[in-house]
Amino acid sequence: MYQYRRFNNKNGFFQKFGNLDYILLSCLLILGFISLATMYSTDGGEVLFHTRSHFIKFVVFFSMMLVISFINIKFWFSLGYLSYAVILGMLIWTINFGITASGSKRWIDLYFLNIQPSELMKIFIILCLAKYFHRMKAQHVNSFYSLCFSLIIIFVPMSLVIIQPDLGTSLLIAISGIVVLWFAGLNHKYFFYSCLLSIISLPIIISFLKPYQKLRVLTFLNPDRDPLGAGYQIIQSKIAVGSGGFTGKGFLKGTQSYLEFLPEKHTDFIFTLFSEEFGFIGSVLLLLIYSIIIYRVIRIGALSRSYFAKLFCYSFGTSIFIYVVINMSMVLGLLPIVGSPLPIMSYGGSSMLATMIGFGIVMSAKTHSQQSIA
Amino acid sequence: MININISDSATKLNSLNRRMFILATAKIIILGGIVSRLFFLQVKENKKYLTLSDKNRIREWKLPPIRGEFQDYFGNTIAGNFEAYQLHIIPEEVEDFRYVIYRVKELLELSDKQFKKIVKKKNEIKPWETLIVADNLSWEKFSKINNHLYDLNGVKPVISISRDYPYKENFTHVLGYVSQANENDLLTNENIKEKFVPGLKVGKTGLEKSFEQKLIGSNSVERYEVNAYGRRISQLAFQKGDKGETIKLTIDTKIQELTNELLKEKAGSICVMDIYTGAIIAMHSSPSFDPNSFVFGISQDEWQLIRNNPMKPLVNKSLSGNYSPGSTIKPIVALSALENEIIKPDFTVQCKGHKNPLELYGQTYHCWKKEGHGFVNLREAMKQSCDTYFYEVARRLGVDRLSVTAKKFGLGQKVFKDVFDNEKKGLVPNTEWKKNALGRNWVLGETIITGIGQGFIQTTPIQLCLMTAQIANGGYKIYPKIVANDDNQYADKFIPLYKKSRNIKIVQDAMFSSTNEVRGTSYRSRLDDPKYRFAGKTGTSQVKKITELDRELDLKTFQIPYEERDHALYVAFGPYKSPRYALSIIIEHGGSGGTVAAPLAKKLFKMIVDRHEIRKNYDNKKYLDI
Repeated sequence: MYQYRRFNNKNGFFQKFGNLDYILLSCLLILGFISLATMYSTDGGEVLFHTRSHFIKFVVFFSMMLVISFINIKFWFSLGYLSYAVILGMLIWTINFGITASGSKRWIDLYFLNIQPSELMKIFIILCLAKYFHRMKAQHVNSFYSLCFSLIIIFVPMSLVIIQPDLGTSLLIAISGIVVLWFAGLNHKYFFYSCLLSIISLPIIISFLKPYQKLRVLTFLNPDRDPLGAGYQIIQSKIAVGSGGFTGKGFLKGTQSYLEFLPEKHTDFIFTLFSEEFGFIGSVLLLLIYSIIIYRVIRIGALSRSYFAKLFCYSFGTSIFIYVVINMSMVLGLLPIVGSPLPIMSYGGSSMLATMIGFGIVMSAKTHSQQSIA
Repeated sequence: MININISDSATKLNSLNRRMFILATAKIIILGGIVSRLFFLQVKENKKYLTLSDKNRIREWKLPPIRGEFQDYFGNTIAGNFEAYQLHIIPEEVEDFRYVIYRVKELLELSDKQFKKIVKKKNEIKPWETLIVADNLSWEKFSKINNHLYDLNGVKPVISISRDYPYKENFTHVLGYVSQANENDLLTNENIKEKFVPGLKVGKTGLEKSFEQKLIGSNSVERYEVNAYGRRISQLAFQKGDKGETIKLTIDTKIQELTNELLKEKAGSICVMDIYTGAIIAMHSSPSFDPNSFVFGISQDEWQLIRNNPMKPLVNKSLSGNYSPGSTIKPIVALSALENEIIKPDFTVQCKGHKNPLELYGQTYHCWKKEGHGFVNLREAMKQSCDTYFYEVARRLGVDRLSVTAKKFGLGQKVFKDVFDNEKKGLVPNTEWKKNALGRNWVLGETIITGIGQGFIQTTPIQLCLMTAQIANGGYKIYPKIVANDDNQYADKFIPLYKKSRNIKIVQDAMFSSTNEVRGTSYRSRLDDPKYRFAGKTGTSQVKKITELDRELDLKTFQIPYEERDHALYVAFGPYKSPRYALSIIIEHGGSGGTVAAPLAKKLFKMIVDRHEIRKNYDNKKYLDI
């Protein structure tokens, strides 16, 4: 089969169609279905705003992903810097003209929809850096110049997001960028030293944090210090997950969410609700679906011919993994509370859009796996 | 576009794949970590979090227990319950307290004073405690509030069970009253503390207080599922509490009502007792007050009116009124003298009147009758209540022997033991008592005045009633009871209190003559029909020492200032041919016992004897057979 495709340099539409990764697609569809069911539960067992909106977004963005799959990976390669620049411009626009909601300016009004550029940046920073390293010779990767350039690429959007303020997303952007750097072959010692440095400078960083952020860190260390205030979210979240038990309380029967003990149950804490209703079994199944998705993404990268596609797939897969891990650790009380959505599951258009674009590019890498980028 | 040479691209790919492999390993480890965390929370610690979750979502509300009722002997409810319409607010649950409270003020047409009181109360309680805005609304206002509930977030109209005393002031001193439990009630009674809910009413005095444990009942518990904001979502369970016990008294409401009527506008007490069972048929202290006004807290004005009344409505005179028994002690003095064989019934003393009073160590002791009684024996002396005769008997008897007999017949100790916490013991003096209490020796003059029930001796009306009952039943010990099914078996119940039963007969006969024979002190109050005929002894106890001047002036009762007037007393038993009931009457500052107290007995005995048939039939359940 592999041989057969090599002889067919021209990739026809039907061939591309046949080349789609159906396992990945079905996993995404299952995940979408699960997220819709969970959203239905957050609405109290009715089709209300969140469910409807999430459904529309999922359908639109999933279709968009399919469309992207048929666009040649070369197109995305060529778009690498431009898209990064556009999103950066949007971030700057956000700072000046963004919509303020719950104390931070995160959204820009595009008349037909509100968009959160910081979420998009999570994907496009990978695209940009993948393109940057694709062209680079192996010996140049660790050069001072390239290091500086890539760090600037990471730090500019990160700082733009920090001043919104949105610590969680900016950290995720940075992590996405750093993941690319890692795969690009940046010397291990840089990671080692920067890790060491950040640990040493942790107290200094904490002193620069906003009071509410400091509180989150303190709360993480001891949630019981203020069970009704700062510690409330994490305590209630743990209660919800823990009370779910092995098999869960049953669909639509999660008391913690139904009785509104759970904060942010549509977005960051959606896993809590899912876990309360479907228990340990459900949670492990969900993790399994995510694992399959990530595995497929990385496999597509492994099968791709071009370095760019490989780098993008690996980084994107790893980023998704990190998003999932951070979100779950957060709701399970393993990490301090930072705003980080669970990909696809959480309510939020921009996050869904970004994730679907990412999967679209991955899928495009699959359909054009024989495409080499000069 | 830069051309990538093959070897360079190969190194890059190698490095990429190697690093991917490292990361994949790390990912599996991290995933394992997440799964183990999930396992820890959901499987291992599941119980703990399940409990926490239930604690989150389930909240219990205690409802006030329903208080047990009091019934009279015939099963009529004398302290019951009614549904009171109340308005509660939990300040914590109200978004805009100011708005709501002003709206409520408007709807209920509260006065500024009432309004201020509510606001003050709100500031005193914790925000999650219930603020009772109104505790007894009329139906109109209650429905008005209900119609405006959409506007009054957090306001709760509540139908609560509350105490009701249908006979108003008739039973006040027997039953006492209930009112809001205060801190003191919670501290002294564990049971109240356990069952406390805002608005809980507990007994403050009387039987309501004594029988609190039995009456209080147990709380109903409502279990609700609540959301994060404490809003009730659904009721999970309702656990019905038990109503408190119903306590049946021995009192006959009809007679109780009559006593109230007889004592109207007077200060005093009437006690009626069954001389064999000791059952209290009526016990009333006047003036009384309406206990219903205490249920929802009495207004300051009303309270001051009751408190400052010179006739002392708050004092239960039947149990806590200490009075000199006056001549009503004479049956005991006579009995004691006969028992100790100091005198024989034909022992005679000459009463010479005011001109020649008994003189002892420079003190003079007058009989009440100015002209004197002449030569009197025991029967005549009792009949006419000759003081001179009893001075002489007391002198010969001595106070110590008198006190033994008096105590035997129930004077100087609590009649109801622990049933009423406000009961007084009274005082039967003797030489030893005086030495211990006052540190001085007893003097003979004190013995002499004790013989006519003056001086140190103090008795409560219920003691006099018990004393009379025990003389009437032939001299056997009885234990008075007010709760119908109180069948405490005392070992010494019905033991004879006499040495010779003939002595009791002599005293009974003397008391009979006092009421039914010409020149008897209460002859005018007699009932001639043998069915109703009763025997009694009048008493007039001095509040103030009579001076020579007073004696000369010889003022009529209404001419003396109220506080200085004599207490009028009367003890009696009947019907004489087969006695069944004894009574004691005291009218504070009423004047002479014969003219003021004894006529009440006449009216009482008519009804008591008539009611006896009904009572007997009720006992035999005859009415149930119809």
